[in-house]
Amino acid sequence: MEFKEFIGFASQKVIATIIVILAITSVNFVMFRMAPGDPVRMMFKDPRIGAEEMQLVREKFGLDKSMPVQFLTYIKELSKGNLGTSFWQRRPVTEVILDRLPNTLKLVLTALCIATIIGTLLGAMAGWKSGSRFDSTVMTLSLSAYSVPAFAMGMVLMLLFAYVFPVFPLGGIHTPASGFTGFALMKDTLWHLVLPATSLTFWFTGEYVLLTRNSMIDVLDQDYITTARVKGIGEKQVLYKHALRNALLPVVTATGIHIAFAIGGVIEAETVFSWPGLGRLTYEAVLKRDYPLLQGIFLFFSLSIVVINLIVDLTYRFIDPRIKLGDKDN
Amino acid sequence: MQKRNLKMTQEFFKLLWDHRMGKMGLIILSLFLVITFVTPLVKNVDPKKSGNVEDVLVPPSTKFWLGTDDLGRDVLTQILYGARISLAVGCLAGLISITIGSLFGLFAGFYGGKIEELLMRIVEFFMMLPGLPLMIVLAAILGPSIWNTIFVVSLVNWPSTARVVRSQVLSIKKRPFVEASRCIGAGDIYLIFKLILPNVIPIIFAQAVLMITWSIYSEAVLSFLGLGDPTRVTWGTMLHFSFASGSMGEAPWWVISPIVGIVTLILGFTFFATAASDITKPGYREKRGL
Repeated sequence: MEFKEFIGFASQKVIATIIVILAITSVNFVMFRMAPGDPVRMMFKDPRIGAEEMQLVREKFGLDKSMPVQFLTYIKELSKGNLGTSFWQRRPVTEVILDRLPNTLKLVLTALCIATIIGTLLGAMAGWKSGSRFDSTVMTLSLSAYSVPAFAMGMVLMLLFAYVFPVFPLGGIHTPASGFTGFALMKDTLWHLVLPATSLTFWFTGEYVLLTRNSMIDVLDQDYITTARVKGIGEKQVLYKHALRNALLPVVTATGIHIAFAIGGVIEAETVFSWPGLGRLTYEAVLKRDYPLLQGIFLFFSLSIVVINLIVDLTYRFIDPRIKLGDKDN
Repeated sequence: MQKRNLKMTQEFFKLLWDHRMGKMGLIILSLFLVITFVTPLVKNVDPKKSGNVEDVLVPPSTKFWLGTDDLGRDVLTQILYGARISLAVGCLAGLISITIGSLFGLFAGFYGGKIEELLMRIVEFFMMLPGLPLMIVLAAILGPSIWNTIFVVSLVNWPSTARVVRSQVLSIKKRPFVEASRCIGAGDIYLIFKLILPNVIPIIFAQAVLMITWSIYSEAVLSFLGLGDPTRVTWGTMLHFSFASGSMGEAPWWVISPIVGIVTLILGFTFFATAASDITKPGYREKRGL
């Protein structure tokens, strides 16, 4: 690939991404202006606070200005990384989100790693032997795993392995007031991680199996597979060297959409197991009707998807030699 | 024409019955349909009405087949009535999504050029947004009501339909019969709705089942998170209350029943949708040697 060509393509992608980010921030701004009720009243639920004090707060936050001015202020503050103040925790939303982010990453990355390995292998095998008994069993199982809501799976796991057979803890990330440090703390966290990670893994695995299987079937139809077979290099070689590699490409490109789905599962699993991550934070923000926090989390989720998509788009060109730059359909 | 439609429908269900997943889906869904229509005839009670004090959290017995909840209400009655709401919300939201998605797909695919670019950009934008968080935010802002749930769910689910329908329209609009009709002066609206639409109906149908599945799933999640309509009994709200009450270990029947309901219904629709999209794929009958 020509370097110059790539720069042109990359800048095009970056500009498109910036436009999307602007659109998302506008949607985020407008959505929360639709919320009923006075934001200042929601911030101070105490009825003893008089109209004068409320007016002061309104002026302090710029709520007395017109909508366009408010929007510009919003954009300006966002670019500085200021997402506002949480009604509930009375501290910057950015701080609250960053506090919770590592916990979510621990959960998601564990589930994602296991699911990617199991899912792609099972999916590739099912696609390789498509039409066989193995294929239809794997298909039915993964379709079921994928369609069972993560929260339902989580509750069943909790009932079985925390109530009926109390092997794992009910929820949370640490044993409260245990005083663990170092290695013991890590072991404790892992212990708490098992159930939420399992319920997410089921869900992710189902999706990866279906994706890989379909893409494997498509690849096996291609001429280069027939050529490889005709050359007589052996079925194993064809599977690993030619088919699997190419079949994994669409799985990689689907990462952006996958993350968008995955966030949903994370919210469900974290809520069930009180895992103190961003998903549980979303649930708590809803319960407390903490709009600035909810707005911040939504923006954070959307921007992560957009940025991950951009990264995938840019690196994908290096992995797949078949893609021509400027090809619109890809 | 009507006779032909009837024959096609018959054939469709026959193919579905011969499909392994299709059969399972059909059985599960007909079971739920029966439950939905028979329940009010047999058990005409208000599922929300509180029971007696001595009936609080009673395990399954001959009087209460699936036990009772923390207000002494029969879980079975709530499950049966909940099925109606889940199905109704799922079907309505699914139909709205399929309508918006199909219109976007039809117009984008048919007109191409700038119009297509604009419409598909909107679709891509919606696909990029994280679905569940968007639903949560909107549901929290709009407030809990069954109509808001339907609105929010359909707003989030429609884009994938637009994509599927568009790619189908692209291949159909190149066929000679469309060109021929255009030559004899057929208008755009006639071409889209009278010529192209009937040819994408099979795809739209398969997609509609999928949309209903997603809508049922979304409603269950939203209600579980406490964003559902508190004045109505749905499986999601049942789970919300049983989970929030913390009596999961004490009264597992109160948790298991709605979970079994949600999972079976979603699986039924998923199997049905998979089979339907298999069947409507071109070349399916040839592959099966029919």
